[in-house]
Order: sequence, then structure tokens, then C-alpha cells
Amino acid sequence: MSNKVLMKGNEALAEAAIKSGCIHFFGYPITPQTEVAEYLAKRLPKVGGLCLQAESEIAAINMVMGAAATGTRVMTSSSSPGISLKSEGISYIAGCDLPCVIVNVQRGGPGLGGIQPSQADYNQATKANAHGDMHVIVLAPSSVQEMATLAGEAFDLADIYRMPAMILADGALGQMMEPVDFDARESREIPEKTWVTNGHGGKRKKNIVNSLFMDPAALEASVVERFKRYDEIKEKEVKYEEYMTEDADIVLVAYGITSRICKSAVAAARAAGIKVGLLRPITLWPYPSGALAKLADTVKHFLVVELNMGQMVDDVKLSIECRRPVSFFGRTGGMLPTPDDVVEEIKKIAGGIA
Amino acid sequence: MDFCNFRKKIIAVVGHYGSGKTNFAVNLALSLKANGKRVTLIDLDTVNPYFRAADAKEKLSAEGIGTIIPEFANTNVDLPSLPPEINRVFDTVKDLSRPDEFFIFDVGGSDGAVALGMYNKQILAAGGCEMIGVINMYRPLTDTPESAVADLREIEDYSRLKVTSLVNNSSIGVETTSETVLASVKYAETTAELMGVPLLSTSYIESPRVSLSDEDRFFKMKNATKQIF
Repeated sequence: MSNKVLMKGNEALAEAAIKSGCIHFFGYPITPQTEVAEYLAKRLPKVGGLCLQAESEIAAINMVMGAAATGTRVMTSSSSPGISLKSEGISYIAGCDLPCVIVNVQRGGPGLGGIQPSQADYNQATKANAHGDMHVIVLAPSSVQEMATLAGEAFDLADIYRMPAMILADGALGQMMEPVDFDARESREIPEKTWVTNGHGGKRKKNIVNSLFMDPAALEASVVERFKRYDEIKEKEVKYEEYMTEDADIVLVAYGITSRICKSAVAAARAAGIKVGLLRPITLWPYPSGALAKLADTVKHFLVVELNMGQMVDDVKLSIECRRPVSFFGRTGGMLPTPDDVVEEIKKIAGGIA
Repeated sequence: MDFCNFRKKIIAVVGHYGSGKTNFAVNLALSLKANGKRVTLIDLDTVNPYFRAADAKEKLSAEGIGTIIPEFANTNVDLPSLPPEINRVFDTVKDLSRPDEFFIFDVGGSDGAVALGMYNKQILAAGGCEMIGVINMYRPLTDTPESAVADLREIEDYSRLKVTSLVNNSSIGVETTSETVLASVKYAETTAELMGVPLLSTSYIESPRVSLSDEDRFFKMKNATKQIF
């Protein structure tokens, strides 16, 4: 008998957060991520936690900052336009070196856009979540199981490196239902939180959590220290999946829901005699540049597939130092490509390199 | 299993989010149609943005099953509006010259039953409805008979209508097997007992992993959920 349960991606992420020890959630409703808050509103009070619908996304992210400063595991969740609103708070949290988990269940944009699935916040998530010299760890699940596993991983990474971690999902992953096993991941060792502002009780020096610096030299030093941590993350925490790349002439590069469409396309293209593989980045920051660079030694052509207008293309080109051609295929605005659409693109490329 | 013995012409399919209401409602419509009934499926889901009865519209139309679908279903308009055609259903129900006609309401999960409550007076004036509670043991918030009953009682409060029967639709998606279906029967029987209503059947989606006898207590369904890849 299976120990699995059937859940929506949004629910699995929420339950995984609870199982990771998250006891505080602050958010504001927006389709297609509302089930995260709805699920937590039912479950968190039963485990002694708090789920609060704030008056806005901006209020919610600042509540996250306050809770994180006490060393509590805390999460907020939204969809594209709501993440833009959280931007300032994300920068403050990064500047304060606080751990938290931010979830973006992406929908079509720009502007109010639409409510159907999208990956159009790739650049925002990986490069410009907010102002200042800063990064956020970005994890891209591609199944309901990974919505759960990577949520747990995000909490651990956030605590280990004292920084925000983002789950970059999309509406399809949030809404679709699949079996999920919550025992699939082992939690990591978390360093003791010596920096928390939970009352010194006269027993230790007081801790201060702050992102304001009076002295530019001190600010520079804090940023440089943070970037050393970022280098460590790039070295240790890159995650990706390679699928049938060993003998591939063409490698698709896709993450999240799109990678699943691409897996079907790889199978169909191979059946038609074209040697295709897939590299699926699981961490979007840090990016699997090394794995792509290695593939470029043998692969003839890369094809990036996304639910946007080609935001990841430059990252692939930089990773392989433009040694091979990089093409793009995608749909945007809430539209999804079919595996057949991707196979057509593969055939066009195969015609050129045969 | 055939469902031709319903005394009421209005059949409301209710249950927790993701319990499989839409799959059951679509298959119930197909089953009634196959038994010579006239059927209309009404998508009363004001909650789900993506996966809903509206997705099965073409398939149902091809089978001669009428559909009433909210104007903005599957669009970017995140507006829970319902079409005025629904009001016509209640006049048709009172028309005694059409005894073999059924109207299936596919209701949104849990608090989505508020939308059904909107028609409470018209439903009661039309002689009430059969309200089928769909339950799924593999959904964490309804994984015990007690939690399933609590959810159904909440739906009764939202709709101001009473659940009259249950369908056990316990599924773990693609990992559903004969064993997982059979292991859910006791849960379903206990839930029905606690609710004080009959358990109509245990339903499952046809798959190579599930082979159950053709006993009357099982209802074999075709998957009506939109597949993305």
C-alpha cells in the first residue's frame, strides 16, 4: 500500500512548509496560488501556528521580515503582480540577512496580465527580485512532489545561508493534482541561530537586525561578505537534472512545467531518430552553468523552451560562452506549448545540423 | 453501476476540493445519457481557475449532453459570475412532460458550495435535489471519516441543502491501484454511516493498474481531466 496522498501543487507546498517547521504565514490572496493560504489557514492553527491574511502584499512581506528576525520559520506566497509588490521587503530581508521562503506561482504578465500559467518572472526571480547588490536562492519545481520536496529544501537553504529562498512555480503546477510522499526528503543540518532578536534575557549581547548602514565602508564590507556566501552557494548548491543527454546532438533547456512538456518531446523526437536530450535546471539561482558548459563540448545545438519570450536564453549563452547556437521556442501570456510544437522546433534544428 | 433510480431531477455533486467531483459529474452525465436519459451538466464552479467541467464541453456536446458553462470559464477574467440560463433549469424541472431529464450541477469544492446556496429557494421550490457528496480518502484534509463528515457538514451549511448520498472516489491519481481503491471502501462505509446516508458506489478511473470486478458497487469512469502534456 502506498503512503502517498493526492494533492494540488499549492497544497503540497503548504503541507511541506508545515512539515518543515514553518509556523507563520503572511499573505494576500491572488489566483492561481490562493490554495496555499487557504490550506495553511485550515492547518496552521492546529499546529500552534498563525496564518494571517494581511491588508496587502507589502504588509505581508514586512510581517515576514519581523517573524524571520525572531528565528521563526516563515513563508509568504503570491503570484506575479503580488511578488512585484513585495520587492522592497525582499531587499530589506536580504539586507538584514534573514531567512524566509517566498513562493511565486507565476501567471501571465506584464501588468495585471492573466491567471493562466506562465514563466515570465524568470528574470525578476533570478536577477532583479529587488534593489541593491543581492540574490535570492531560486528553486524551480516540476511536479507536485517537487513542490513539496523543494519547499523543504528552500527552508533549509534559507536557514543555512541566512537569506530568502524562492520557490518559482507556475499556475499549472499550483493547480494540478498528483501523488505526493512527504517522507521523500531528509532535512539538512541547520546551524544554530545565534543572531535572533528573541530577547537576550540579560544573558547575551543584544542582537540587532537592520539593513541601514551609516558608514559606506561598513555597508560595502557587509555586501562583500554576503557575496562570499553567494560564491559558496554557487559552488555547493547547484541542482539540475540531465535526461538522455549522453549522446544528444540537440539539448533542450527547460525548467518547471515546461520541462515536462520537453520530456515528452524528447521521447517523440528520439522515436523519429533525432538524438535529443534535456537539461532541467532545478536551481535557477545558482544556475547550472558548469553542466551546460560541459554539454557544449559535444552537443551541437541548444534549444531553450519557456513560457515567456526567451528570458533564460542569455543564461545558456553565457554558460556555454556562445560556443554553440542557442535557439528559443516558447509561448507566453498563459498559453502552453504541446510536445508536438516542441518536436516541430527540434526538427527544424535537426534539418540544419544533419 | 447505473444511476437511473434518482427520484430528483436535479443532482448536485458536491465535495472537498480535488475529491474528483468534476470527473464523477462528467461520467455520471455520460452514464445517464447512455441509459437513454436527457442530461444537462451545469458547471457551477466559481472557484477553480483551470481544471473544471468546462474542459469537457466538446466531449459532452458530441455525446448529446447539454452544458451550461460560465461565460468566463478558462479565460483570464477571474470573476465568479454564473450564466442566467441556470434559472431556466428550475422551470424545466417542474415540466411534468419531461420525466426522463436530469440536471447535474458540478459544484466548486468546499466553500464553493456557496454558489449552490444561491439557488437554494429555487431548488426547494422545484422539489429539492439529490445531493451527492464525493469523498476521497487520499486527500489529506478528508482522510478520515470524521474529517470527511466535517467537510460535508460545512458544505451543507454553505448550500443550506442536505447531502442525500455519497460516492467514494478515493484516488491517488496515476498511482491508483485495485488495492488503493479496495482499501478505501471501509472508510467510505463509515463516512456514509456517520452521515446517515447511503453509499451509492465506489468509483475509479479506468487504467491498467485497476482491475475490479463488475460488481454493482463499483463505477468505472473515463478520465475527464484536462491533460497538459
